Amino acid sequence: MMEHIRTPKVENVRLIDRTVSRKATVGTLYLSATHTIFVENNPETRKETWVLHSLVASVERPPTTPSGSHLVIRTKNFQVLELLVPQERDATDIHASLARLSRPEKYSELYCLSINPTANKEEREESWSFLDLQADYRRMGVPNNLWVGTPANSEYRVCDTYPSELFVPKSATPPVIVGSSKFRSRGRFPVLTYFHQDTLASICRCSQPLSGFSARSQEDEQMMQAIMKANPGSEYIYVVDTRPKLNAMANRAAGKGYENEDHYTNIKLQFIGIENIHVMRNSQQKIIDIKTPSMGDFLWGLESSGWLKHIKAVLDAGVFIAKAVAEEGVSVVVHCSDGWDRTAQACSLASVLLDPYYRTMKGLMLLIERDWVSFGHKFSHRYNHLDGDPKEVSPVIDQFVECVWQLSEQFPCAFEFNERFLIQLRRHVYSCQYGNFLGNSQKELRERTYSLWPQLWKDRAQYVNPLYRADHTQTQGMLRPNTTPYCFKMWKGMYNRLEKSAPPRHSPADLLTAVREETQQLEQELTNHQEVAPRGTAHSGTKQGIQTRSRNRMTNETPPHDYRSTQRGPPDPAMTLPLGPPKGSDPDDLSSACSDIESGVIDLSSRSSSGGDDCKDPESDEAIYCPAWSGTRGPDTGRLPC
Amino acid sequence: MEFSEHIKTANVEDVVLRRPFYQPTKGTLCVTGHHLIFSNRGGDSARPFLLLLRNIDAIEKRPSVSSGTITLKCKDLCVLQLDIPGMEECLNIASSIESLSSLETVSEMYPFFYRPPFLSLQDQWGLSSTEQHYAQMKEIHDGWRVSQVNRDYSVSPSYPPAVIVPHSIDDETLVKAARFRQGGRFPVLCYYHRETGTVIMRSSQPLSGANRKRCREDELLLQAVIDGSELGYIIDTRSSQQAQQARMTGGGFESKSCYRGWKRLHRQLEKGKVLQESLIKLVEACGDQSHSVDRWLSKLENSKWLSHVQTALSTAGLVAECVERDGHSVLVHGSEGTDTSLLVSSLAQLILDPDSRTLAGFLGLLEREWVQAGHPFQQRCAHSAYSHVRLRHEAPVFVLLLDCVWQLARQFPLAMGFSEPLLLRLAKEVYASDYGTFLCNSDQERCVTGVKERTHCLFQSLLRANERQHYSNPLYERTELAIWPSIQPPSLQLWKGLFLQWTDDALHLVEAQKVIQNLVSQCHRPLNEKVENTDG
Repeated sequence: MMEHIRTPKVENVRLIDRTVSRKATVGTLYLSATHTIFVENNPETRKETWVLHSLVASVERPPTTPSGSHLVIRTKNFQVLELLVPQERDATDIHASLARLSRPEKYSELYCLSINPTANKEEREESWSFLDLQADYRRMGVPNNLWVGTPANSEYRVCDTYPSELFVPKSATPPVIVGSSKFRSRGRFPVLTYFHQDTLASICRCSQPLSGFSARSQEDEQMMQAIMKANPGSEYIYVVDTRPKLNAMANRAAGKGYENEDHYTNIKLQFIGIENIHVMRNSQQKIIDIKTPSMGDFLWGLESSGWLKHIKAVLDAGVFIAKAVAEEGVSVVVHCSDGWDRTAQACSLASVLLDPYYRTMKGLMLLIERDWVSFGHKFSHRYNHLDGDPKEVSPVIDQFVECVWQLSEQFPCAFEFNERFLIQLRRHVYSCQYGNFLGNSQKELRERTYSLWPQLWKDRAQYVNPLYRADHTQTQGMLRPNTTPYCFKMWKGMYNRLEKSAPPRHSPADLLTAVREETQQLEQELTNHQEVAPRGTAHSGTKQGIQTRSRNRMTNETPPHDYRSTQRGPPDPAMTLPLGPPKGSDPDDLSSACSDIESGVIDLSSRSSSGGDDCKDPESDEAIYCPAWSGTRGPDTGRLPC
Repeated sequence: MEFSEHIKTANVEDVVLRRPFYQPTKGTLCVTGHHLIFSNRGGDSARPFLLLLRNIDAIEKRPSVSSGTITLKCKDLCVLQLDIPGMEECLNIASSIESLSSLETVSEMYPFFYRPPFLSLQDQWGLSSTEQHYAQMKEIHDGWRVSQVNRDYSVSPSYPPAVIVPHSIDDETLVKAARFRQGGRFPVLCYYHRETGTVIMRSSQPLSGANRKRCREDELLLQAVIDGSELGYIIDTRSSQQAQQARMTGGGFESKSCYRGWKRLHRQLEKGKVLQESLIKLVEACGDQSHSVDRWLSKLENSKWLSHVQTALSTAGLVAECVERDGHSVLVHGSEGTDTSLLVSSLAQLILDPDSRTLAGFLGLLEREWVQAGHPFQQRCAHSAYSHVRLRHEAPVFVLLLDCVWQLARQFPLAMGFSEPLLLRLAKEVYASDYGTFLCNSDQERCVTGVKERTHCLFQSLLRANERQHYSNPLYERTELAIWPSIQPPSLQLWKGLFLQWTDDALHLVEAQKVIQNLVSQCHRPLNEKVENTDG
């Protein structure tokens, strides 16, 4: 990638604070093979801002002004960086370099493959054994006398977008499997994804049948019959078509479609009405574009984006499936068109609702590995890992992650992880710093990369929800969320990312975590003190400790928000420019202190003050992984040269 | 006065009561002078259900031949239904409720009859007086004094007997300045900022009128406020156009040429009918659960309630910014100075003043800035969102304040010493209460009707030890810093705890609160014990 860097370093660049004040800091801009880095000149702070190339969504160049050329970098996680470069030639170079660096054309240019720090094969392989999908099936009680593993897809013979190890009803013979797979889009025949031990009902997934207007397949019908029989307690199964009925009907003209209830005995067909990837892409763009200080316009924009309506549709699908399985004891077969977008959303959400295990950190990792990665969700296309067809891009997993967040707002004690974990997960899906999301067909490529999961697990301390109680009533059994429209909120932590100079927030979760750590630390100090120090001093010492720490937590030196401009008046010219997410710098949500770390726009200033804590730093993976320093002076430990 | 005149049927058996979150229950309904009492038949030991008649906002009856149904829509937004056997009984009960719930004589209201064992009428009514408040603020004694110019309420009928004014301004000047302000509400001190020595004042509009009248004493008074500094801000809670129009009806604004050093800023805050209709629309939207996400968002927008929240917080932020950042004193007023001015001045104090963010401090703030300062509670809260009665002076300004405080507390979960249940309790009590705190429209009326002698004070009751526990924020950690609220639309949320309290079962959130409480007490207790042990 180095050859794409035309100018590795530009001095006297201004980073413009996009909050109301629009102050600028002067510094030096560096381009490395992996990051754009801005280092403040101010010798006291030397604040560093890092932007990962693979998280750059777009780089714009507004018309040149007398003071220089502007560059506006928008990231895939909704942050915006505005730079003012004195020389037009430098701006052109940076623009061209970034445009190329942020759009890898081959897999080998992806971060997870191009950066190969230690080339420790053993360690790499070990990272991939962190999660064991088969163990999770065993946890569900599979295989058993109803569901068995089938070798039909070994070496991906029947379906190349499915995993090689699959579970099917015991009575489904190989000819039935092959026949069914021939009658389904891309060969994606019905297979087990979740088995509910209490009711013996199951969730299966597949793609749409190639039924057209009249075609039928005996084997496919037998397959569905076998699924029904694998649940001794019920007389029928639900077939959940997650598409709007109109879309499903339209597919019949192309020789695809949905199950004809006359041909399949004992199925109940249910349409859910989740819109397609194009509708979702446009909807998310609209929600990102809402930039208004006026409440009326904001609510109007939120409504017209349709985003929350779509989130509700996805959650409704999950709720329908979960209720069928847990309350009615009826098995469900889920599909959409190809069975890898809406089907993945609906199945994984149903699992989260049904099984407390998937509400733990490891459980959610497993769920993503199973319902998304192993069943062939097209990560590279949907999240634009490689320069590809923009029409294939769509925030499919964003919606799943957001549904989980909406649930966690309703059930604050039910999830082991916090909002930060979800935001970090989504970030990694987009940034592709690890090989997990390369997709199935790139199996051999994956072996040359690291897996994300052990890294997230290592950092789990910062992702823990302090309110989570494994034994709490909310944590047990199935979640029954309220899906009335008023329950859906805009996810501020995701879409209104903090910008620079925002206040540290006041979050109960952070406080509780901090209080717990503080208590432990103080107890430690106390113990030490009782052992060595003379009486009396420890008390005042610890007391003071509390106070200084508390003060740090509460410090709020932010300049006030813009109370001066009236919302009714003409909009501030700054607000009419395409300036990215509105300034959401208020002090309340969970993503607070770490939001920069997750965002790809990394602020290393905190690190310099934390001294020797670097190894504990959440972004330490980045620091290790960026040796390809392009500047004239090499970094020693991943920090910038001073 | 005999309540029994209104009660045609006192008791009905076999009535079915339907209310949110409960199964329909059959029992006996009893109408008394101030309450509906519903008791379960049989051995059920549950306490009878008690509803203050004052709480009923609207009553709908559907009598049929042998029975009838009465729907009671309450001011706390709860909707109840009573199935009453017998048409005559149904009509009798309905008419009793109608007349008893709309009694307007203050001394007949329930607070005059409520005698809880834990409070005594001998205690001081209220938490503090102007004099006591002044005595506590030693730092202002040089520049400010307590004036009793209004001791007989003759200068301003809606002001308390004592107010705090600049030391250099004598009572005679005050009397003259008061004549130049609507309702005699001349500028008085409500907050002194220690670090900058600047203040927040409030008043009503000056009566400059179409002829641009001036009042030297009023100008002197304001001059004395910014004595020594070059600039002060007047935050007018009307648009400049509204302020101009007010001159036609005798009101007006401070012109730049007459009030040297004062700069006027206009921020339009809605009040009165507009605000009441906004509440009605919001409650209507929250009550209808059948609609889609689109329709919900469109109704939420259409109610404009959150826009009012945003404007109020933004204006309060502006006031606080002038005081804290710029170091300039501020005078807040609209027209009467009894609604939006109080809203803005009290919110600004919450932003700036850590003392007002404790449980006692907040109640003290409400007492000073709303009860003593003469917010006309009786007029504003005569009816809530369900009433079909033609609106007169109703406006949920106080509810808007509570919503804004809730937004502040949500954005700064550690900064407030009190919790959401306190705000919910206040939102309920302001419409219908056992206590006399929110009766009447002014201090004067409270004296005349004997509220201070013959009713109990809500704030005192809330500060009793066992109540205090319930209303305290377990996460509270005092900060001396100002808490600047974000006014970006995504930062402001619908107050579900109030507006959806009867539709949305917040069980899981309540559980989460308990977990938080346990966590905090677990974390702190063992440590404190150990520290004490080491100390001893």
